Amino acid sequence: MNLAEKISPVNDTSAVETPAVSVKGISKVYPGGVQALDNMTLDFPKGELISLLGPSGCGKTTLLKIIAGLIPATSGEVLVNDKPVTRPGNDRAFVFQDFALMPWATVMRNTAFGLELRGMDKSEREAIAEKYIKDVGLSGFEHSYPHELSGGMRQRVGLARALSMDADVLLMDEPFSAVDEQTRRKFQEDLIRLVEVEKKTFIFVTHSIEEAVYVSDKIALLLPRPSRVSEIIRPDICRELGPDAMRRDSAYLDTVEQIWSSLRSYVE
Amino acid sequence: MAQFIVHPRTLKILSFILVFSAWEYAGRIPVSPAFPTFLETMAALWDLIMDGSMLKAYPETLKPLALGVIISTIFGIGSGIWMGLSRKAEWFGAPIFIVMQSAPLAALIPLLVMAYGIGLTAKILVVCIMAMPVIVLNTFNAVRNTPHSLTEMGRAFQGSQFDIIMKIIVPSASPLIFAGLRLGVSAGFIGAILAELLITPTGIGDLISYNQSIAEYGKMYAAIFSIIVLSVIFLELLEKAEHSLFRPDKRESL
Ligand SMILES: Nc1ncnc2c1ncn2[C@@H]1O[C@H](COP(=O)(O)OP(=O)(O)OP(=O)(O)O)[C@@H](O)[C@H]1O
Ligand SMILES: [Mg+2]
Repeated sequence: MNLAEKISPVNDTSAVETPAVSVKGISKVYPGGVQALDNMTLDFPKGELISLLGPSGCGKTTLLKIIAGLIPATSGEVLVNDKPVTRPGNDRAFVFQDFALMPWATVMRNTAFGLELRGMDKSEREAIAEKYIKDVGLSGFEHSYPHELSGGMRQRVGLARALSMDADVLLMDEPFSAVDEQTRRKFQEDLIRLVEVEKKTFIFVTHSIEEAVYVSDKIALLLPRPSRVSEIIRPDICRELGPDAMRRDSAYLDTVEQIWSSLRSYVE
Repeated sequence: MAQFIVHPRTLKILSFILVFSAWEYAGRIPVSPAFPTFLETMAALWDLIMDGSMLKAYPETLKPLALGVIISTIFGIGSGIWMGLSRKAEWFGAPIFIVMQSAPLAALIPLLVMAYGIGLTAKILVVCIMAMPVIVLNTFNAVRNTPHSLTEMGRAFQGSQFDIIMKIIVPSASPLIFAGLRLGVSAGFIGAILAELLITPTGIGDLISYNQSIAEYGKMYAAIFSIIVLSVIFLELLEKAEHSLFRPDKRESL
């Protein structure tokens, strides 16, 4: 029996409310024979931020793309708001690990591109994009092209594009990997605030244990070969302490340590 | 000052001056009695313009050239995109254009004349045979190599197939498509002149062969020079069109 199933009854909210995203027995074998996911089962309750944490190549991007409806699963099914996923939809927005910006389009057009594809007219979509460009701290760069931006700035364009879609579920594939430490901390605060304010569900891929513990309601620890959910951790931390005190809090440090020991046993 | 020297336009003008001086020098040695100097050629060009023979020749040459280039562009880009998107179309189309690209044109011309006569059709076909393959093959390669992450992004945001082609695949492929167009168009210019030299002497081809036959080498080279200038101007315009239509990012980076 899968560990995830053992743990799920402990999960108080999902027992009452249907989860925003429910992954049921998903396996993925890529053409060529790489088994990226093996019978994975995992629930993502509404309004929570769940991190997927795990070593490189354990299938995090693959899982996110299957939830997004970009690639088909070999077996199993994904439900979003109780409806099976067959293709991308308005209820999900994706932040790509490699940004996926169009080099020939300005920051403004890139940010508004999701809305453009939706058929929204120019002034309306640019007003929305403007707001999110400001939110991610890129005001003044609306008319720059991606090659004129740093890696971290490009990543923020990808973030603004996804946020402007106003989707229920945000699928974020290492959205902060290319930003500097200061910006990263600011974004982590913003993210926590966003989760509290908006009733959105965030599925957040990260490599950083500290980041996962800091921002998540729940952390799904993934291990490779075959990829499975090895553990689900609810960081028992008190965010009221404020960011700096919290990072010295013993509960925080213990959780980081606990995750590290699980991962280390795999690495060794 | 240093900026002025390395500015692309300065460099371009400099290289023109260099080529023309070398030409003038070679004409004065002289390399061959049939090789006029640059200044003689320019004088002959002036004569040809003033006596109206250029004005008479160009419409005749431009007709098959323009038609051939337009057909090659529309049909070439269209089938290139189609082949890039569909394996079946590639399987069907690629061999045709690869054969067409390597076919010896001089050997094909008698066949074309036999089938289509010596009129406009045969000349248009010569232009197309010269221009189309490189346009098709470049377009095909560019479309096939569209970054996967961009088309995936288009799908993630629920773009229609048409939007993904027009807003992602075509702009992403446009640098290579235009590179193909530039090569194709210059080949088309060559094709148009070849057709006039090998099928029936008309237009610029007639100016070239007639002046050669009466040993007016200055005029002969002036006719050749004029067609080269025209093709260079056209290629410049093409580049401008590319940057303003699809790739504003390239224009700004200059
Ligand atoms: N398109 C593909 N074709 C074949 N194999 C693939 C493909 N994409 C991913 N894989 C394989 O699937 C496995 C999981 O890849 P995935 O990209 O999901 O990992 P990841 O957890 O996101 O890694 P990272 O943290 O480095 O981004 C890897 O072994 C990879 O080689
Ligand atoms: Mg990944």
